Amino acid sequence: MTTGVIGKPLPRVDGRAKVSGSARYAADFNQPGQVYAVIVSATVGLGRVTDIDSTAIEVMPGIIAVITHRNAPRLAYDEHKSYIDPAVGERLHVLQDDRVRFYGQPVAIVVADTLDRAERAAAALNIAYEAERPIVDPLERNVEPIVPEAATREGSWVHADSSRGDPDGALASAPAKLDEAYDIARENHNPMEPHATVAAWAGDRLTLWSKSQFVVNEQAEIAAIFGIPVANVQVICPFIGGAFGTSLRTWPHVTLAAMAARQVGRAVKLVLTRKQMFFTTGHRPRTLQRVALGAAPDGKLVSLIHEGSGETSRYEEFIEALTNASGYMYSCPNVRTEYRLRPLDIGTPNHMRGPGEASGIFALECAMDELAYALAIDPVELRRRNEPAIDEAENKPFSSRSLMKCYDVGSDRFGWANRTYEPRSMRDGRLLIGMGVASASYPAYQAPASARVRLRADGSAEVEVAASDMGPGTYTSMTQVAAEMLGLTLEQVHFRLGRSDYPPAPSHGGSWTMASVGSAIRAACLAVKTEAARRAVVDERSPVFGVAHEEVEWVDGRARRRGDAAPGPSYGELVTIAGAPIEAEASSGRDPEIAKRYSMHAFGAVFAEVAVDPDVGTIRVRRAVGAYGIGRVVNPRLARSQCTGGMIGGIGMALMERTVLDPRDGRPVNAHMADYLVPVNLDIPMLEAHFVEEVDPHVNPLGVKGLGEIALVGMAPAIANAVFHATGKRVRTLPIRIEDVLSV
Amino acid sequence: MLPFVLEKAKTAEEAIAAAAAGARFIAGGTTLVDLMREEVERPERLVDINALPLADIRVEGDVLVLGALARMSDVAAHPDVQRIQPLIAESLIEGASPQLRNMATIGGNLLQRVRCPYFRMLDAPCNKHEPGSGCAAIDGLHAGHAILGTSNHCIATHPSDLAVALVALDATMRVSGPQGERSFAVDDLFRLPGDTPHLEHTLLPGELIMEVRVPAGGSSRRARYLKVRDRASYEFALVSVAAALSMEGRVIRQARLAAGGVGTRPWRLRPVEEALIGKAPDRQVFEAAAQLAVREARPLPHNHYKLELLPRTIVRALEMTGEVA
Amino acid sequence: MTDREHIAGSSHPLPPSAISRRTVLQLAGGSASFAVIPGVSAQPAPAPGDPGKVLQRVRLIVNGEARELELDPRQSLLDLLRETLDLTGTKKGCNQGACGACTVLLNGRRVVSCLTLAAMHDGAEIVTIEGLAEGEELHPLQSAFIEHEGLQCGFCTPGQIMSGVACIAEGHAGSPEEIQFWMSGNICRCGAYPGIVAAMAEAAGAG
Repeated sequence: MTTGVIGKPLPRVDGRAKVSGSARYAADFNQPGQVYAVIVSATVGLGRVTDIDSTAIEVMPGIIAVITHRNAPRLAYDEHKSYIDPAVGERLHVLQDDRVRFYGQPVAIVVADTLDRAERAAAALNIAYEAERPIVDPLERNVEPIVPEAATREGSWVHADSSRGDPDGALASAPAKLDEAYDIARENHNPMEPHATVAAWAGDRLTLWSKSQFVVNEQAEIAAIFGIPVANVQVICPFIGGAFGTSLRTWPHVTLAAMAARQVGRAVKLVLTRKQMFFTTGHRPRTLQRVALGAAPDGKLVSLIHEGSGETSRYEEFIEALTNASGYMYSCPNVRTEYRLRPLDIGTPNHMRGPGEASGIFALECAMDELAYALAIDPVELRRRNEPAIDEAENKPFSSRSLMKCYDVGSDRFGWANRTYEPRSMRDGRLLIGMGVASASYPAYQAPASARVRLRADGSAEVEVAASDMGPGTYTSMTQVAAEMLGLTLEQVHFRLGRSDYPPAPSHGGSWTMASVGSAIRAACLAVKTEAARRAVVDERSPVFGVAHEEVEWVDGRARRRGDAAPGPSYGELVTIAGAPIEAEASSGRDPEIAKRYSMHAFGAVFAEVAVDPDVGTIRVRRAVGAYGIGRVVNPRLARSQCTGGMIGGIGMALMERTVLDPRDGRPVNAHMADYLVPVNLDIPMLEAHFVEEVDPHVNPLGVKGLGEIALVGMAPAIANAVFHATGKRVRTLPIRIEDVLSV
Repeated sequence: MLPFVLEKAKTAEEAIAAAAAGARFIAGGTTLVDLMREEVERPERLVDINALPLADIRVEGDVLVLGALARMSDVAAHPDVQRIQPLIAESLIEGASPQLRNMATIGGNLLQRVRCPYFRMLDAPCNKHEPGSGCAAIDGLHAGHAILGTSNHCIATHPSDLAVALVALDATMRVSGPQGERSFAVDDLFRLPGDTPHLEHTLLPGELIMEVRVPAGGSSRRARYLKVRDRASYEFALVSVAAALSMEGRVIRQARLAAGGVGTRPWRLRPVEEALIGKAPDRQVFEAAAQLAVREARPLPHNHYKLELLPRTIVRALEMTGEVA
Repeated sequence: MTDREHIAGSSHPLPPSAISRRTVLQLAGGSASFAVIPGVSAQPAPAPGDPGKVLQRVRLIVNGEARELELDPRQSLLDLLRETLDLTGTKKGCNQGACGACTVLLNGRRVVSCLTLAAMHDGAEIVTIEGLAEGEELHPLQSAFIEHEGLQCGFCTPGQIMSGVACIAEGHAGSPEEIQFWMSGNICRCGAYPGIVAAMAEAAGAG
């Protein structure tokens, strides 16, 4: 490890491909003889397909196939679940029966020689339904919360219930208390790239060029659905046009593309429309929460109660860590958390950037701000007074925790000291100015991963992992890790990802790619160096001939005896002598002992300034500063970019994003990029992301904690608290809209 | 999208003849192609009118003339427009995106269809795409919908920003059709939905918009366009207001006001105008006058906030006219 | 309270009485109005004398190369580029003119190719992301996007860059605020906006 390339702010290695249009995303893999499939989506929210008349469209020019539940092949749907799928319930079996479980569920596919013809025929397909009224609003009277079964299991990362002390008693007798409810709208990921799959069969072997954050699971899932060997399926996805969680699971369209391709005997391209992106590809569930805090007059928490529920489908129990952070964020002797689900006639939700924490910490951090105002304490000071020494939920130390350092750096960079405490006390001309703050946290996960490294005669190395890069810079950061470990230049490392026949990687989400895949690459690099050393010590011409291979060390890509200055053979020379590349594969995972001993999380402090127009109610974020303790930063340039991107996602969550369902039939009414608002360039203020110095010797060998999720987590509560500071009005629903602050 | 035959007109006469025989005009296509893809629009014949010499922007005496095929971006950037009627430029660049403004024409902008989500969905009842089928928005979700000029059959707002400015400025338009040419106020182009919401404008079959004519405001005119929305750009208005005041000394001699996002058509606010004339501009005067805007309003549960937001937007737009240098 | 859209309240857990009467009526009325249209989606069959078979001859100059094409008049410029010419650098983000991912230069002006019917542009010159570099040498704005982290996932990037090239040529890149305003027709969901603005500012200054 001599090059010091880890930690350098290097530009993206895939930048050129992305700015020149040569980076290929799923729908860019046009195949010879390819035809087009279009999904027909149910236009009722619950019920049954009673009739499908395809005779009129079958005679349209260019139509090749119309597949419905009546003529679709019965698929094996062998049991398959990864950790990314809900543990309880069963995935949608697409076109296997006449049931419609939610609005927009696929009910047919049309295949034609051109896209225009396929779209026309799909629109003209005559389908009759027997419709019932779906229930899509968790606040409807007859929606009973249920206990998520998986969250009651031993070892689950989500806990249906947790408790310490006597939270209800302590709340009742607390000198200061508050008890508030929070409602966060359903959100859709809306990556710029729609889901897409190009499917082609060769005999009983299937190739899928498919948008996926988890290619090895897509491979296994499709093999299970079609009842074919896993090795017969190849999933290829070198680039992902954003995903934020929506491509973690393998959704029905992948099955439909493969089904259609098999039926018509040609390669089939299937791309979801933007509208269909609101139907079957998951969403951040709407959540309803209650936070009650009790405190002593000095602000020390004596009780913390956090109850929350998220919506899920009728056929799967999607769970997320909605209330987890309330257990460890602050010191408090009496804590109770409760997490429930509300099954509705909707498609199954799934993880969306900062899943669970983004919603749960919103409620907690807004409540903390309310408590600060109830007690006339500065909001930052309130957090300081409740800083815990250990994780009191797990009763074990943090592997590292830099929250207070984040508050120091963030306060300083933001200029928190210039803020006046009173709501409505700051103005810029006509505009009401507000400054708000919130803590952020996200677990530092690590999952088992494998990597392969191949040394080549020209001195370069090929590194392969079935990992993904949806934008954070996996290509670049993993190239850095391999270059550092092998002592090579970046140009000498060729890192490849996004193929299911590469060594398996975990899903690309949960901020664990760096920790998991990076650690695997580190292990594989160590393994290949050992293998190369074995070769070096048996080569008679080598200066290290006869040396025990453990005694060989590598300096700038050359072997030498430890402590000896004489340089030995390079990787390339050893490969030349061997006559074949030197290759090693290795796996890594977290030491379970470490996990038992330490609580491992990233922390951050987020500061936001908003301007509210007192006349027309418009709310604009003017600037924001986030300070984060995320362990080691492999590439500060990419990390900062990823981080400000997450903060922008938080602006969307706070002020714009929501998917609105029509209660009559469950249709998403704003399933359109002009109606589902996300921030545009003009919405974006000056954003600063800072990473505090944090060395974590426990979390993993690279010392990294991950960044993608926490970057979004604290932003929405910081903004909501800033809106309160500006206007004096507490808004406990997201998104916060003009009319919420109009009468202030 | 349903198949269609595409023709190209070389002259206005050709275009009008084709349209009289059932063809639809297409120019920028930003509304039509979008809605054809949803199959809400189903023309069997399209006549491409982009080759017609109607893209001119010029001044005739004290009238600003905008060719119907002038692109939004070209009008907004034109020095004469910026000099004589900056309100038009301001309303234009607040709309859509730079790319769409490069495509969309002045004529097409005025004739753009509504943004009601149910109108875009063929599987929802909508009296615009199927007269008599009902209005899904009235009992459904209607936060963006109109509070003025609604009927029991339709509550969709007219989405154009430009039209709001033109209506405020008493612009007229010249159209040409099988029966010859005629001119009328832009304000008269738009129909109220009543019980025929599928009829949105007063053009006769085959009529082609040739140009829009905007009388100059005079040097005492101060005008602003204020568009209120949840994000800073690339969004239709929740409420917008075009406001133009002409002063005589310290007193308002003439007021022109129109609103968008609140009406089923661009909404001229004449009662507000009348309440302002002869008064010295101050906030109390503005507030009192602005309340008159919503006297006739018929809000529904989700767009009730517009009852408050419209007057506030009027007040703010009026104040902004005073901030014009 | 104002109640834009259906979020009926925020209290939790919500007693039945907290659902406003209006909401309940609205739900009931709504389900009735929808019940009368089961089995919609039926659309009239295509008009007799299927015009879908009529192909349009069009000549386009794409990235400097003349192309003679016979097109279904329905085909968008975007689909023509991606599906017929295999120029997949231009992306389909929404197909609704609401995201900007499909931005190309049409006779030198930025447009969204998804709402452009290819057959309407006989003789037009089109420049896509593939046509921007001079051989191996990237356009200055392409280089600036890499240097200033004007991208993450890269999917909106071709549209951003084509829009950006036009934005600079229009003279709309004089300040960061001006760039933000005139680049708001290109949505970046990763949130690379600060890098995009920095890249644009550099390229505009250098140009």
